[in-house]
Amino acid sequence: MIVFVLYAAIFVASFFIVKFVVQTASTDYTSLKTVTFGDESAVTPNRIASVISVLTIFLLWGAFTGSSMVPGFLHAPGPFKGDATFTYTAEAEGVDPDDATVTVRVFEVGTEVDVPVVEPGDGWALNDADTVGAWRSGLIRVDKNDAFGRSEGHKIVAVNGQPIAPGQSVQTEFGRIGMSPKGTLNFEPAKGWQMEPIWLPPPEAVISRLGEIASDGYRDSTLWEHLGYSLFRVIVGFFFGALVGIPLGYAMGLSNWFRGWFDPIVEFMRPVPPLALIPLVIIWAGIGETGKIILLFLAALWIMAIAARAGVSGVNITKVHAAYSLGASKFQIMRHVIVPNSLPEIFTGARVAMGVCWGTVVAAELVAAEKGAGMMIMVASKFQLTDIVIMGIILIGIIGFGIDILMRIAEKRLVPWKGRS
Amino acid sequence: MSGLSIENLSMRFDLPNGTSVQALKDVSLDIAEGEIMSVLGPSGCGKTTLLNIVAGFLAPTEGQVVLNGHRVTGPDAERGMVFQQGALFEWMDVRSNVSFGPRMAGKSEAQWGQNVDHLLDVVGLRDFKEKAVFELSGGMQQRVALARCLANEPDVILMDEPLGALDALTREKMQSLVLKLWKETGKTIILITHSVEEALLLGERLLVMAPRPGRIHKEYHLPFADLGVNADLREVKKHPEFAERREEILGMIWDMEEEIMGRAEATS
Ligand SMILES: Nc1ncnc2c1ncn2[C@@H]1O[C@H](COP(=O)(O)OP(=O)(O)O)[C@@H](O)[C@H]1O
Ligand SMILES: [Mg+2]
Repeated sequence: MIVFVLYAAIFVASFFIVKFVVQTASTDYTSLKTVTFGDESAVTPNRIASVISVLTIFLLWGAFTGSSMVPGFLHAPGPFKGDATFTYTAEAEGVDPDDATVTVRVFEVGTEVDVPVVEPGDGWALNDADTVGAWRSGLIRVDKNDAFGRSEGHKIVAVNGQPIAPGQSVQTEFGRIGMSPKGTLNFEPAKGWQMEPIWLPPPEAVISRLGEIASDGYRDSTLWEHLGYSLFRVIVGFFFGALVGIPLGYAMGLSNWFRGWFDPIVEFMRPVPPLALIPLVIIWAGIGETGKIILLFLAALWIMAIAARAGVSGVNITKVHAAYSLGASKFQIMRHVIVPNSLPEIFTGARVAMGVCWGTVVAAELVAAEKGAGMMIMVASKFQLTDIVIMGIILIGIIGFGIDILMRIAEKRLVPWKGRS
Repeated sequence: MSGLSIENLSMRFDLPNGTSVQALKDVSLDIAEGEIMSVLGPSGCGKTTLLNIVAGFLAPTEGQVVLNGHRVTGPDAERGMVFQQGALFEWMDVRSNVSFGPRMAGKSEAQWGQNVDHLLDVVGLRDFKEKAVFELSGGMQQRVALARCLANEPDVILMDEPLGALDALTREKMQSLVLKLWKETGKTIILITHSVEEALLLGERLLVMAPRPGRIHKEYHLPFADLGVNADLREVKKHPEFAERREEILGMIWDMEEEIMGRAEATS
C-alpha cells in the first residue's frame, strides 16, 4: 500500500519538477497548436517521463529490498536485527512474583548465529537467551530454566510490566510478543517495511544470479541453452505455421471451395487459446521438442491463415482491374498485385503470431520441459529461488520485446507502403 | 473494321432482395478511331456500368461490344483503364508502375525503356521516377496512371472520372494534359466526368445519359477539344457557344436530378 502511495507521489512530484525545471524550448509545429487536449497527434511520449518511470521502479525495488545499489538513506525501514530484550513477570504457587529479562538475538536467516550469553540474575525466575531469524517468529520457553516450572504453576502474567494472558500480545520496540493458548511466549521481531528476499530479492541478487547462471548454467544447461531452446521452438513453430498458414489463407481468399471448406475449421480454431491445447499435445506428442513445435505451429497457423486471407480480401478491386487491363495474367496478378498487397496484413499477423508463440512456449515449458526459459523459472520457483524467477521473467520480457522490435524493423524495411494506399 | 461499336447494350442487376436495377437499356454507339468522347449524366445513370462493360469487367445481359472487328469478352491490354484513384501499385516506384504493362508482356527494358522515359517526361515526372507512388500528390498520381496506361499502348483508353478527386487548379492542368496526350497519341478515348465544363472541354463528342433505365439522352459534336489542343483552356471557355452549351446541359441534368428526387419522394 505504502508503495503505491509513494509511486503516485513520485509520479506527481516528478511531473511538476520536470515541468518547471525543464524549459522545453521546442519550436516545432506541435508546440504552436493551441488545441492539444483531444488531439491525439499532439500527444507524444515524454522521454523524460519514461526515464524517470524506469528509474522509479528500480528505486522502489531497491529501497524496499534494502539493496546495496540504493543509498542507505533511501532504504525503507528494514527488519530489526540485533539483540532484543524484554522482561517478563512470572507467578508460581507459594512464592512472590518475580521478574527476569529475556535477550533474543535476531539474525539474518542464512547466517551463523550464537545464543547470547546472559547472567542468570537473581530471584527464582532466571534470565533467558534465544535466537530468532529476521522476518520469522519463535516460541521462547522462558520457564524452562526457572526454579519453579509449569508443574509448580509457573505462569507469565506480564511482559515489560504490561499484563498478558493467553491469546493476547504486547508490543515492544523490538517487535510483538504474543502468548500461545498454552501460555508460551512467542516473539515476532519487527519486520519493517522491506520485503523478505524470499518474496522479492534485491536487484543486485538478481544480477549476480544472472552472472552465475550465465557462466555456470542451471539444471544441466547454460542460460543461453535455456533461452535458445525457447527461441528455437518459437522460430521453427512459427516458420511451419507461416509456411502452411499463408498459402492456406491465400487459397481461402481466392477460391470459394477452399473458403467454404476451411472456414469452419479456422473459425473454430481461432478462438481456442493455444494454451488449451497443451494437455492434448502432451498426450499426443509427449513433452519433447515435437510436442512444443506442434503446439507453436498450431498457434501460428490460424493467425497467419487469417492474416493472409484478410490480405487477399483487402486488395482494392481497382488494382486488380487495372492489372488485367494492362494485360497481366492470373499468375502475374497473384505475383505482382495480390501478394505484395497482402504483405502488410501478413506482417501484422506475423507480429501477433510471434507474440502469441513466445507466450505459448513459455507456458508450455512451465507445464513440462527439460530445457527452456519457462522450465527454468518453474523449477526455480519450486525451490523458492525467487531471484531466478525474477531474472527469468525479465529475460522473457526483454526477448519478447526484442522480437517485436525486430519484426517492426523488418516491416518498415520490407513493406514501406503499409497504410499508405 | 476498326473503331469501337457498342451494340444494343442492356444491363440488369438482379439484387438479392428480389428486385432488379436496369442500369443500361438498349445503348448503341459507334466511336471512330482517334475520337475523344466525354460522358455526362446524373449519379446512377449507368456511366460506370457502361465503361466496365467496354473494359470487359462486366458481361452485359444483352448486346455486345465490338472492337476492331472482334467481340469484347474480358479485360485486355487493347483497352486501357484510368481510374479515379487507388489503382496504382504502392509497392512499385513510379517507373515500375509506368512500365508494368510492357513488363507483364515479357518485354525487356531495351524495348520499353525509351518510351516509358519519354512518357514520364511528357507527364512531367522525369524527376520522380524513383519515388514511391505514395509520396506523390494526387495530381502526380493521376499523371502516373495516365502514363502507365499509355505505356501499354492500348487502342482505346477508358477513363472513369480520372480527375474527380483533384482540386480545381490541378484539374485544369490535367485537362490540358489529357488533350495534349490525345492529340499526340491519337488514341480513342472515352472519359466519364461529373463536371459539365470538363465534358465540354474534353469531348469532341459529348454524350448525356439519363437514368432509370440508363440510356443515351442526347449527343453533341463540339469544337472545343480541337480548340483546346492549341489554346489556353480558359480562352476556350470564353467561346460564346461554350457558355450556351453549358447552360443547356446543366439545365438538362438539373431536370433529371429533379425528376429523380421527385420520384424518390413519391415512393417514400
Ligand atoms: N454491382 C452492382 N450491383 C447492383 N447494382 C449495381 C451494381 N453496379 C451498379 N449498380 C446500379 O446500377 C446503376 C448504375 O450505376 P453506375 O453505373 O455506377 O452509375 P454512375 O457511374 O453513372 O453513377 C445504379 O443504380 C447502381 O446502383
Ligand atoms: Mg460512376
